[in-house]
Amino acid sequence: MKSSVIVFPGSNCDRDIEVALKKFKFKNKMVWHDEISLPKSDLVVVPGGFSYGDYLRAGCIASKSRIINDIIKHANNGGLILGICNGFQILTETSLLPGVLLRNKKLKFLSKNVYLKVTDFKNNFCQNYQKKIIIELPIAHNEGNYFADKKTLKNLEDNNLIAFKYCNKNGDVNNDSNPNGSSNNIAGILNAKKNILGMMPHPERLIDPILSGEDGSFLFESLLKSI
Amino acid sequence: MKISATVTLKKDVLDPQGKVVTQTLKNMGYDNIVSIRQGKYFEIDIDENDKEKAKKLIEEISKKLLTNLVIENYKIILD
Repeated sequence: MKSSVIVFPGSNCDRDIEVALKKFKFKNKMVWHDEISLPKSDLVVVPGGFSYGDYLRAGCIASKSRIINDIIKHANNGGLILGICNGFQILTETSLLPGVLLRNKKLKFLSKNVYLKVTDFKNNFCQNYQKKIIIELPIAHNEGNYFADKKTLKNLEDNNLIAFKYCNKNGDVNNDSNPNGSSNNIAGILNAKKNILGMMPHPERLIDPILSGEDGSFLFESLLKSI
Repeated sequence: MKISATVTLKKDVLDPQGKVVTQTLKNMGYDNIVSIRQGKYFEIDIDENDKEKAKKLIEEISKKLLTNLVIENYKIILD
């Protein structure tokens, strides 16, 4: 499986995701944001970080990069796209995913592990989570408070386009288990065709049983299965 | 020509910073402050003498870049 990781000025999780992809035998290429076209890719990853210092709005400046046109083309052709953290923000700013990530409700940068409930398995990213529905992944963000109008939220719920929700250890999705004020406890969503996933937590940081755990590994294993 | 634009969060969007500023002012004794919403202000110097044309262009960039219309509104102010 071929993957491309897009690198912007200020990306800082690009190397982590490359390590993860290589561990799962992806043939990966790093792609600078100023390139005109993508190399042949099954999967495009928009990594975490602080592209352009979060100027104007998180992900906004990056969403106007030259490579974005080809990423949109890749999306329209059914190619897979994974946006993690700042990558998720960039995907909403390009309108490849609906809604927007607002500043965390309590105005604090959050860097900690959270529990997540996997709420949809019928997609290329999450099928392997059927063996573990409640997982633990790290978050590290200042703007992770997912917001969309009521109609969009209803559409996401009704069509099973929410992939991950913040929950507690027992899997209860409620206000107490919502770290950043996200609407409906949303931590990750899919587009209507389910070939694009945007998520605030970092699966690439949990791929090694010795260092951390493997709750992120299932995502990469799912992707391998899908091709 | 100089034109400015303000960008503010839509009514239904939570503005935690504005809330904190409001609460702090209340704590300072300004009881009659009901609420404050925080926004952004852009001063734009544009090489265009036709007021209508300039306004149209600022409107375009407001929609395309300065504002995320999912959560924000913009207002153009001609001097």
